Amino acid sequence: MLTEFGKIFIFILLAAIFVIITLFISKFVRPNRPTKEKYLTYECGENPQGSPWVQFNIRFYVVALIFLIFDVEVVLLFPWALAYQEYGIYGFVVGLIFLLVLGLGMAYEWRKGDLEWARPQPKPPKLDEILKTKS
Amino acid sequence: MTFYDIIFYLFAAITLISALFVVSTRNIVYSAFYLLFTFFGVAGIYVLLGADFIAVVQIMVYVGGILILLLFGVMLTNKITNVEIRTGTVQLLPAAIGIGIFMGAVVAVMIWTEWKLEPAQIPLTTTKDIGHLLITDYVLIFELLGILLLIALIGAASIARRDQE
Repeated sequence: MLTEFGKIFIFILLAAIFVIITLFISKFVRPNRPTKEKYLTYECGENPQGSPWVQFNIRFYVVALIFLIFDVEVVLLFPWALAYQEYGIYGFVVGLIFLLVLGLGMAYEWRKGDLEWARPQPKPPKLDEILKTKS
Repeated sequence: MTFYDIIFYLFAAITLISALFVVSTRNIVYSAFYLLFTFFGVAGIYVLLGADFIAVVQIMVYVGGILILLLFGVMLTNKITNVEIRTGTVQLLPAAIGIGIFMGAVVAVMIWTEWKLEPAQIPLTTTKDIGHLLITDYVLIFELLGILLLIALIGAASIARRDQE
């Protein structure tokens, strides 16, 4: 007797076995002639410059933080969504208040500009300024 | 040893081995990736216990959310490789004694406790029952959770916000 999770487990198991067997077979079949260039990081044909371990922009972190909060919200909405229909309008209002409270947070973020992506602001050169500096 | 036991030991092995790699790898990005398997193994054990909702929460929040946050946190640091993580053994003897006593206590409890054994049964789904409880008995807590999340949202955003020039 299989539960739904049992089916998922078989699916994961098959996926893992498929990947392992494919990699294992291809290790024996493929020719192995490594050169120095093959071990370089692929950067669209250019020679890689510097280390790939660079510092990321702080904006990613803020977006991930906001995402995490809404992730928890979705998790709490799952059980509500399964049950609310049996309570009629009351069940609907319960979820509505929950969503409105979090919508308030969303509006706050929006107003404060946390959802804006901090772009670099390039200054396009202007003709009269160039002429001024030259003269 | 039943099929159930084999799956349990598989998930336990995934959890423990990847946890070992988390603490022993020198590159902290690799540590964060090994943590994925640890969380996944724990989710598998939740499923075996019949706690299906908690298992889904574990995968959605921990694997999908917290791990991403951790990775970004790691990638935001200046030095990722060549970080001086202290892995030497300091005070070997007191540590061994402490761990020995702790392990002894845990194993003693495991041996001398009278476990109530019941035959394994197909677990019922819990998500819908949680939903009924959230709407009827615990409706105040449900709305308070919304307010708690609102506080966390505003607090996190104002701490992480870049200083406005």
